[in-house]
Amino acid sequence: MGAEFVQFSLTPILIGIFASVACALPGNFLILRRQALIGDAISHVVLPGIVVAFLITGTVATWPMLAGAAGAALVAVVLIEAVRRLGKIEPGAAMGVIFTSLFAGGVLLLEQSDTSNVHLDVEHALMGNLEQLIWLRADGWASLLDPIALSHLPPELPRMAIATLIIAALTWVFWRPLKLSSFDEGFARALGLPVNLISLGLVAAAAAAAVAAFDAVGSIIVIAMFICPPAAARLMTNRLGAQVGWSVVFATLSAILGYILAGYGPLWLGASNSVSAAGMVAAVSGVILALACLFGPARHRVGVAAGG
Amino acid sequence: MADLTLIETPEPLDPASPLAVRGLTVSYGEKPALFSLDAQFPVGAMSAIVGPNGAGKSTFLKAALGLIPKVSGEVSVFGRDADRMRDRIAYVPQRASVDWDFPTTALDVVLMGLFGQVGLWRRITGQHRAHARACLARVGMEDFADRQIGQLSGGQQQRIFLARALAQDADLFLLDEPFAGVDAATEAAIIGVLKSLKAEGRSVVAVHHDLSTVAEYFDHVLLVNLRRIAEGPVATTFTADTLAEAYGGRLGAVQIDALALQGG
Repeated sequence: MGAEFVQFSLTPILIGIFASVACALPGNFLILRRQALIGDAISHVVLPGIVVAFLITGTVATWPMLAGAAGAALVAVVLIEAVRRLGKIEPGAAMGVIFTSLFAGGVLLLEQSDTSNVHLDVEHALMGNLEQLIWLRADGWASLLDPIALSHLPPELPRMAIATLIIAALTWVFWRPLKLSSFDEGFARALGLPVNLISLGLVAAAAAAAVAAFDAVGSIIVIAMFICPPAAARLMTNRLGAQVGWSVVFATLSAILGYILAGYGPLWLGASNSVSAAGMVAAVSGVILALACLFGPARHRVGVAAGG
Repeated sequence: MADLTLIETPEPLDPASPLAVRGLTVSYGEKPALFSLDAQFPVGAMSAIVGPNGAGKSTFLKAALGLIPKVSGEVSVFGRDADRMRDRIAYVPQRASVDWDFPTTALDVVLMGLFGQVGLWRRITGQHRAHARACLARVGMEDFADRQIGQLSGGQQQRIFLARALAQDADLFLLDEPFAGVDAATEAAIIGVLKSLKAEGRSVVAVHHDLSTVAEYFDHVLLVNLRRIAEGPVATTFTADTLAEAYGGRLGAVQIDALALQGG
């Protein structure tokens, strides 16, 4: 693997890995709290938020995007609550109705606004532009030490790397309260832990991961990574720490395998064009989940505990 | 609401009592769950909270701990605000309130009881682990330390919860239905531990659903059905009259007489 790999594959793979890990980390706790749907909802709601933020500010800078996504999340929460109470339907259905409507609204808004000079259109929203995040100034592994070449890295790479590091650091720092309040909310409250704030922080971290990952890799990867790697990891182990470790491994594996298979897989099969990297990364994570369901050592759990 | 403030008495709640409440009112939506409840549990005793389903027993514990908001009322733990006494309270929630499929071990759950000591940062040392194992041994679960909690029986899970509370080394133990759905061996193990806590001068307050064991296990009883029906020593309070009042038509006269006889 030489210069061509560094130029055309290294940066998209790294961005894919960071995005996948950033989503998989909070995904572990969302799944254990039976809130996996929230990750899904967030990644949908992010779109209208980002579009509105773009329409107001005219840029695709990180902070306005984040604020827009947070605003949209807030609107979504209020609407979900309103639909649930006024329509008297169950929370899951209310959530489903609201986030798909908001996402659809975001798509319409995006089509109608002039985003020709920035990377913001419906296709990007779904699939990102992973294949285009290449590093043309690189001419081999030595470029990793060349400050001039490094300054021409696609800006998505350092942004995604920083977002992932922050989320990893937060997971590490707040590990105990996260674990405690995810397992036993009542006990955590009795200890005086700010349980509502922890839940909010977790959802905020998931939203931040979704926003950071969104324009590079698109919502397909975001949705898949919130759920597939943590769910597969849960089938591998009965320890939370090991589960989070496995989810990082699976997210990384999905990003690498998915990107390579999308680029070269069709050629190996005799076809001439490559397929969407985002779609393939998400598909690989689904295959990993399926394999974990079939062969994961911790999959025979439910029903083991006999009551009494 | 104005007349509620008028009847409020100014004198402070008994500072010796591990848990005292006055005028505790809690409501879920429009429907009151507890109405203007007064209670005062004695120190170093085993107290039961008894009443029919939906009477507000668990609500009482949760509101006293500040886990759910109260409409009005005062709560005092050893004479102080419950919020400032959290490190002296150990709470054992209902077993069914958590997901036992959670990826963690019995020892790990007990270590959660040490959060007050280790907080976010402090390292969990061998000493902490030894303490957690000793708590597991006290409930007869030392051989299950490394077992995933989903692989334990309901009674074993309840004992893990009690071990976690023991790890907190608290002075007041609040338990929500500790004997619900457990086997006889677990019930015996738990009552043995609770009695040893009492012998150490600690106070135990438990929501209890089995009327036939109230007299055998507890010293003090609070009968509740949305409001306080009666409170006092089991011998004088757990009577046919108070039971009939708390349970209304839900208990037959024969049952009530039999239970009250046990209560002496």
